[in-house]
Amino acid sequence: MTAAEETPLRKRRGIVGFALDLWDVLRRPSSVFALGTLVLAGFVAGVMFWGAFNTALEVTNTEKFCTSCHEMHDNVFAELKTTIHFSNRSGVRASCPDCHVPHNWTDKIARKMQASKEVWGHLFGTINTREKFLDHRLELAMHEWARLKANDSLECRNCHSANSMDVTRQSPRAAVAHQRFLFSGEKTCIDCHKGIAHKLPDMRNVPGWQ
Amino acid sequence: MMKNIRIVVLALLFAAGSTALMAQTYSALRGATPLDQEGEAPRMAPTRNTSEREIRNYPEQPPLIPHSIDGYQVDLNGNKCLSCHARARTGESQAPMLSITHFMDRDGQFLASVSPRRFFCTQCHVPQQEVKAPVTNDFVDIDTLLSRAQPGGRRR
Repeated sequence: MTAAEETPLRKRRGIVGFALDLWDVLRRPSSVFALGTLVLAGFVAGVMFWGAFNTALEVTNTEKFCTSCHEMHDNVFAELKTTIHFSNRSGVRASCPDCHVPHNWTDKIARKMQASKEVWGHLFGTINTREKFLDHRLELAMHEWARLKANDSLECRNCHSANSMDVTRQSPRAAVAHQRFLFSGEKTCIDCHKGIAHKLPDMRNVPGWQ
Repeated sequence: MMKNIRIVVLALLFAAGSTALMAQTYSALRGATPLDQEGEAPRMAPTRNTSEREIRNYPEQPPLIPHSIDGYQVDLNGNKCLSCHARARTGESQAPMLSITHFMDRDGQFLASVSPRRFFCTQCHVPQQEVKAPVTNDFVDIDTLLSRAQPGGRRR
């Protein structure tokens, strides 16, 4: 009894049929390839897949990629350029993903999945003019404030550590505020430091603003 | 002949004197750069950032801002200054509340909050920088003036 007799090449028709046929093949042990070959091929394929996946992840995590859309380039990136997070005395600077994409892997993937909504917005031109962008600005800003509030301003703290903060080197005002609100854990960075890298939306109903 | 020489010498002296005077007047502010050239811009000075109130030179003077205000947004969308100096924010910030005169409209009516005509803080309130005054100034405040033996008299 041969294998061909036992399982004809195509038993079923249509896409569902093809999927079921494929499933039949996949759930049988291989009768052609050696186990070593399969393990090795699987390993190589795995390395290639993971490498490609991570490369794609890294490519989409650069400022160049972010600003390749004119929505980002002409609005938020243009505004960033005037702030201390773009140009300052020591030349250390934050790029888009430093603040807007979590650094640890699971959170990063979660954020990347959320960003599929942003791809949708780009394709359908949700903010493709300055006016549309300004109309959505409050909503977009509130998403970011909520995210930073929920993770205790993690992306700020990736660089600005409260433990390494020397209040004696700060201005008197900053030293008092940080000791009273930051070190005590009463507030988190984003509670006070809104609009430090981009212009603010209409702040009328935002707590702490008039 | 003598008279002519005298006139020439006087004219020369006058010319020399006036050039010296001119050189002096423009060198005080411009430096040594000739008038037809653009001088080097002075270095930007650091903002005085003491957070301590400064004495007003006269009672009507808008108080100076004793801290840095770099990147503070004050426009239609929001007012960063008010996020500390507004009435409701002073508890947390311990900053001085902007005075009630800022609530007044131009008819003298007090509004519930800051009057739009008083919204743009830096129209009157300014931070100070650590710079050497380019010209001297003999301003004295009213108390000093009144404590003089002859208040209306010549300044010393």
